Amino acid sequence: MTRYTRVLGRMAAAVLLSCAALGAQAAGPLKVAFVYLGPVGDGGWTFQHDQGRQGLEKAMGTAIKTTYIENVPETADAERVLRQLAADGNELIFATSFGYMEPLLKVAKQFPKVKFEHVNGYKQATNVVTYEPIFDQGFYLMGIIAGKMTKTNTLGFIGSFPIPSVVRDANAFILGAKSVNPKSTLKVVWASTWYDPGKERQAAETLMGQGADVLSQNTDSPAGIQAAEAKGKYAFALDSDMSKYGPKAHLTASTENWTDYYVQETKAVIAGTWTGNRATRWGLKEKMVVMAPMNVAVPADVVKMVEDKKTAIANGSFDYFGGPIKDNTGKERVAAGAKLPVGDYMSMNWYVEGVEGSVPQ
Amino acid sequence: MLRLEPRTSPSHAMAIASPVIAAVAMLVTGFLLFRLLGKDPVEAAYIFFVKPLNSSYGLGELLLKATPLMLCALGLGLGFQANVWNIGAEGQLTMGAIFGGGVALWLGDSSTWWGLPLMLVAGVIGGMLWAAIAAWLRTRFNTNEILVTLMLVYIAQLYLSYLVHGPWRDPAGHNFPQSRGFADAQTMPLLFDGGRTNWGFLFGLILAGALWFFSRRTYAGFRLQVAGLAPAAAAYAGFSEKRNIWLALLISGATAGLAGICEVAGPIGQMQQQISPGYGFAAIIVAWVGRLHPIGIVLASLLMSLLYLGGESGQMSMALPSAITGLFQGLLLFYLLAADLFITFRLRNVRTTGQPDQAPAAPVAAASSGGPGATPLESSP
Amino acid sequence: MSPFVPMVQSTVVAATPLIFAALGETIVEKSGVLNLGIEGMMLVGAIAGFAATLATGNAGIGFVAGAAAGTAMALIFAVLTISLQTNQVATGLALTLFGIGLSAFVGHDLAGMPLPGMEGVTFPVLTSLPLVGELLFHYDPMVYGSIILLIAVMWFLERSHAGLKMRAIGESPAVAHSIGHPVVLIRYLAVMFGGATSGIAGAYLSEVQTPMWAEGMSAGKGWIALALVVFGTWRPGRVVLGAYLFGGVTVLQLFAQGIGLNVPAEFLSMLPYAATVVVLVIICRDPKTILLNQPASLGRSFYPGT
Repeated sequence: MTRYTRVLGRMAAAVLLSCAALGAQAAGPLKVAFVYLGPVGDGGWTFQHDQGRQGLEKAMGTAIKTTYIENVPETADAERVLRQLAADGNELIFATSFGYMEPLLKVAKQFPKVKFEHVNGYKQATNVVTYEPIFDQGFYLMGIIAGKMTKTNTLGFIGSFPIPSVVRDANAFILGAKSVNPKSTLKVVWASTWYDPGKERQAAETLMGQGADVLSQNTDSPAGIQAAEAKGKYAFALDSDMSKYGPKAHLTASTENWTDYYVQETKAVIAGTWTGNRATRWGLKEKMVVMAPMNVAVPADVVKMVEDKKTAIANGSFDYFGGPIKDNTGKERVAAGAKLPVGDYMSMNWYVEGVEGSVPQ
Repeated sequence: MLRLEPRTSPSHAMAIASPVIAAVAMLVTGFLLFRLLGKDPVEAAYIFFVKPLNSSYGLGELLLKATPLMLCALGLGLGFQANVWNIGAEGQLTMGAIFGGGVALWLGDSSTWWGLPLMLVAGVIGGMLWAAIAAWLRTRFNTNEILVTLMLVYIAQLYLSYLVHGPWRDPAGHNFPQSRGFADAQTMPLLFDGGRTNWGFLFGLILAGALWFFSRRTYAGFRLQVAGLAPAAAAYAGFSEKRNIWLALLISGATAGLAGICEVAGPIGQMQQQISPGYGFAAIIVAWVGRLHPIGIVLASLLMSLLYLGGESGQMSMALPSAITGLFQGLLLFYLLAADLFITFRLRNVRTTGQPDQAPAAPVAAASSGGPGATPLESSP
Repeated sequence: MSPFVPMVQSTVVAATPLIFAALGETIVEKSGVLNLGIEGMMLVGAIAGFAATLATGNAGIGFVAGAAAGTAMALIFAVLTISLQTNQVATGLALTLFGIGLSAFVGHDLAGMPLPGMEGVTFPVLTSLPLVGELLFHYDPMVYGSIILLIAVMWFLERSHAGLKMRAIGESPAVAHSIGHPVVLIRYLAVMFGGATSGIAGAYLSEVQTPMWAEGMSAGKGWIALALVVFGTWRPGRVVLGAYLFGGVTVLQLFAQGIGLNVPAEFLSMLPYAATVVVLVIICRDPKTILLNQPASLGRSFYPGT
């Protein structure tokens, strides 16, 4: 085996020498790598991360060199890709999907000097940190707009999969709506996919057919916006500003700005101040969650209301998951004056009052 | 002018040369493509085909990635020989993972010697059961197996999704769609230290030998082959078509199921929403590139695996788009199929004698020209 | 508002690409050729249609481009399977893989760009009728195009001389050849027609259904179209009915969720696939229906001799 490897290694070296293009990699700029679940052109989640990567390049100039690899499935392949990136001399690696968690932890053990950053995960290590946007803050604000804009008092939510963060988004959305319009209810349809434009469109049409006139989604394609535009209804986008897909329908979007975080982390690595075992959750305050420009159809007083709540959420003076909160079976989940325990927040699998149906268990 | 005409007997030289021709043609196309993209073709070729292999870890990954492809393709190849078109190995793989993984979760932390073998058996049974649905519908109701196996892929994947979002969710996992990790006793032993290649690869090699023996040396294997090459002769000889269909589907389901459990009990180590990036479909190409022959399939699975690794390497080192892998895989198969023509046909220089190139007079029905004369949608009379 | 109307509308839009692809494949299979590459042809059609519409601003040109791209893909298939006698199943699968890769490769920089989408046709009086207008006269031009295609295909297969010839070839190329029918030419034409309609089906996805380009956006519809051909026992009318049924079940399962039916979403999502299998079983149960309708030479290579 070893001899074989050596022979192959020598062959490889020969080929390497013959390629003039391959110069020796001098130890210079910090190598930063990004692992993407989808294609960079998905117009949503991965696209936005790549915007962050480009923002990082712009901010750091020649001090860094970035690499990205797209369409990495959350299968056995993820471990190889992560390991390869680490072996290739990348010192900071951003893994931008939840499903990379276990492979990432394995690779991190093998490469203690490489720093790993994992989005949406919950396991940290000395060289692994997690980071995530507080999506639900954006959904709460969108809920306020929805509650004001709805005429049927029926809102719609196109869900991907019933995981806690998505359930949280739906809950925050209806809490926002009910804060301004107690009569509003939310219908949820699970598309069982993160990305299938055809199915997302059908889900949107179904919700509108059942009376929903303002839609939100946590699936990735702009199909829901397009469907709402075609039917003259309203919709919110996620991840990216999708107003170009439905200028009339698109009320606003809860988007992510990853650049600041990526710059902060990269600078920390360069300065040698990067530490492991951290979990970063950034929201409106840190501007990781950014609201896209609002549609002109949103009345000025609603815009003001949203801005006020945004400030209140950002400075910590307002918590929409603060009690009293009942779930949709009438059971009290958070007592008046109490806060939602972090554990319940992290693993939320119940709907608040106003959502129809129940979370698939 | 040049004309195609059938050879009197298939050319053995061409049978061996044609994969080589196909690979060379793919390389040439690749060179042109890289040129077009403004990349240095030599460097690209190095990064695509050599760099992934220049470490022992890389070689291990080659074998690891080849394992599910090989396992699925070996079974499929056998079925294709008999004109049984199982397109849904992906679904059988998923079911194998579900059955085997279910056993692993049931065993929990217990470390018994029989745990892992039981998981493997369960995985095989899962794959077989899923394929058996197609076999039963085909033999009992004449339902086309291409479509049934394919629809069952979607159903199996959705079922897996249901399980990891619901009953099999790790209670300590914040309701994320993952099961608990399998205990060490429930994971596949590695072949070498430092890599991820596990016993699954050995299973593949053993299976290749066994299937070679089965097709060449057993009566059941002979029946399958006759059924593929000359269905009429098989019927005349009284070979039961139903038995062949059952056999072909059960074997290919079993190997795909084994691939599934080897994947979850191997490099993945838990149940999760996605376990295969499409091995079951890619295995169809592997079976074909390997000329449906066990040894050919072993080699073809290594080649396909290299294309995947090369695609990743090309992205990392040259920022090539990931779509290139699929492009290469499709091209490779096109070229191979085209080159295969010359196994049963040859080019001859025919002198044109004033006669226009008009419709020929004597019709020759080509019953079985090169490989199985596919009759996939045909139902049993 | 009654949910009935939007459900029907949603179903029609969902079924239209399936109809285009499946009707084309019906012709291909009736000529005795099995092309499993619909998914690949659809995707290439989708990106071609999208790019052309983006460049020219004209959806019609987009559909022509989609059809042309689909035809070009089908031509590769035709050269390989008809002229070079390669195995049709394997070649079709290769075409699908190639198409997925090619479309993703070509469309890499076009992802995330918006298209305006296609305006609905307005029929005088009819569109404004209550209910009937909503249900029947409220769609984009391609929906009506799919119905016209259905009529054309029915006429071609049942009434036209050329159609008769083509069916004869599908039944027995050797016999058709011996009485002087140009087997190779007609099969080429049939395969290319199938490519064109698959290309249009793809362009419908990227121009009308969800006016955008995304990798792999056909999401398995090519395979469903293939199933619909058998489902419809190679009869155009039944194929179209099958497409509406499939679209309907898909919409129905989402609808069931919307009214709060307490069944895991995954099981509901399985419904369209399970329903396809069940209907296939019902149709195929009697071997005669298949034997009577399936082209006898389907999937077999034909070598016209020297």
